Amino acid sequence: MSEIIKFDNVEVEFTRGSERFTAVGGVSLSIEKGEFFGIVGASGAGKSTLVRTINLLQRPTSGRVLVDGRDVTALKGRELSALRLKIGMIFQHFNLIRNATVFDNVAFALEASSTPRAQIAPRVVDLLRLVGLEDKIRLYPGSLSGGQKQRVAIARALANKPEILLCDEATSALDPDNTAEVVEALKRIKESYPITVVFITHQEQVARSLFDRIAVMDKGRVVEVGYAYDIFAHPKSQPARDLVARAADYELPREVLEREKDLFLLTFKEEHAYDAVISEVARRFGTDLSIIAGKIDYIRHKPLGVLLVSLRTVSERKRQEVLAYIRERACITEYKGASNA
Amino acid sequence: MLEQTLRILRNELWKAFYETAVMMGISFALSLVLGLLLGFALYLTETGAFFKNRALNSIASGIVNFIRSIPFIILVVFTLPLTFYLVGTKIGPVAASVPMTIAATVFLARLVEGGLKEVDDGVIEAALATGARSLLIVRKVLLREAAPSIARAVTVVFINLIGCSAMAGMVGGGGIGNLAVQYGYYRYETGVMVFTIVVLVVIVQISQHLGDYVASKFTH
Ligand SMILES: Nc1ncnc2c1ncn2[C@@H]1O[C@H](COP(=O)(O)OP(=O)(O)OP(=O)(O)O)[C@@H](O)[C@H]1O
Ligand SMILES: [Mg+2]
Repeated sequence: MSEIIKFDNVEVEFTRGSERFTAVGGVSLSIEKGEFFGIVGASGAGKSTLVRTINLLQRPTSGRVLVDGRDVTALKGRELSALRLKIGMIFQHFNLIRNATVFDNVAFALEASSTPRAQIAPRVVDLLRLVGLEDKIRLYPGSLSGGQKQRVAIARALANKPEILLCDEATSALDPDNTAEVVEALKRIKESYPITVVFITHQEQVARSLFDRIAVMDKGRVVEVGYAYDIFAHPKSQPARDLVARAADYELPREVLEREKDLFLLTFKEEHAYDAVISEVARRFGTDLSIIAGKIDYIRHKPLGVLLVSLRTVSERKRQEVLAYIRERACITEYKGASNA
Repeated sequence: MLEQTLRILRNELWKAFYETAVMMGISFALSLVLGLLLGFALYLTETGAFFKNRALNSIASGIVNFIRSIPFIILVVFTLPLTFYLVGTKIGPVAASVPMTIAATVFLARLVEGGLKEVDDGVIEAALATGARSLLIVRKVLLREAAPSIARAVTVVFINLIGCSAMAGMVGGGGIGNLAVQYGYYRYETGVMVFTIVVLVVIVQISQHLGDYVASKFTH
């Protein structure tokens, strides 16, 4: 694989009044051709600002952004236009032209690339068929559901067969059904043609089902990059742990939380590995790991076991030994109850 | 009394209508084109994504503010030399349409600029992200999204022009306003004054309804 996007020490500063504020501080990162690349992180971490430097909706203050090996940060006019034709983008709030029909919204992107008039209509129909909306062609955005609006936006973003699709919280304003609908559409598109997707989200479920690799951002910096599976299995940075913890947001009854003080979340990469660990702890240390809750998730088709256990040991020394033993075999994090408690 | 009123109206009304129609027709048509152009110019020279030009913007904006701060009746007098230069006379409906055009153009320009500023930034950003050039965005995004507020702005300006036409009439333009003043005020023909008021009210009501209708047709 070759890299299609490369951030080289990218920095974005804003001036607010007399203050200077660093929204993105020295990010270096490569995104491979054809991958589904996720960016996660808390609100205000600089995710949107970073992604917007790729199509120069935001010009970096310093550093370079390379697209297909070419520095794009100085592009202007016609060249900037040409770059943007190769990069589709969808947004949290869809940003369709309200007073234009679904047809005209998609046709707009084709007019942007000076597509001959005769080719526009059939191409629009094709694109709308791709997102399953060919019957809505004459409607205005106002009469569509959120999921349908986003699919129109996807059709518009794909109109000029871009190599890159940028998605800024494209499913964050949608309910679970509409989110699933958009996620399915993106998956289908990804299978049918080789596009690189850069996707910002807060939604752990979306990250889990879409991303090949993930970059975790915090306060303008990338604090962790890795395969989605590894990040879910073993999150190293705090924002990544927060994201994963959201997945383990078991709704435990109050009595259980009060009775079980020493709760831990164990993450196993192999499906059955926890059998061995649980029984081995009992045999070796003569103590029980009682299972409170658990499940096996599939991240891009690979199983990941997550287990919430309670540790009932008598002495602190033994407790430390047990934890050390487990730590060698699985990822373990203390569980502090539901994240909103 | 009533007979007197009817006689005056029969003799004077069509001429007055004609003069008002000339004033309104010329100034509305010209200010529509010039006001839209100036409004877009004000917006586009101010906005970073398009043709940002601070110098040009401040000059245009300064001129607009200057004209807007002159009361219309004074503008009529102030522009008399220009009027004479342009149309060769200082009286009559054609002459009156010069200051009317100027006032309506800057008024419409400001309203159009305001309408454009209300277009959702996100929609403009999405349009920029497709790679569209500025002129395409102006035609297919800005014009469409601002169309309802532009229609409402045009209505406001048209109704405002009716008021101006009456004032211009008093200082030599003729028209319905002049009729009301000449007979209703100087000759105590209250009937004529009431009649002209009724006519103006009807015109304003119809224009407002028409404007609202057009604006609603542009809204989706
Ligand atoms: N145009 C701007 N002017 C000034 N400050 C800005 C601008 N755009 C973003 N910022 C600031 O930069 C920081 C990062 O913003 P950014 O939108 O990139 O965050 P984010 O990670 O996308 O957050 P969210 O998840 O809420 O969308 C924020 O503190 C924001 O207030
Ligand atoms: Mg954001």
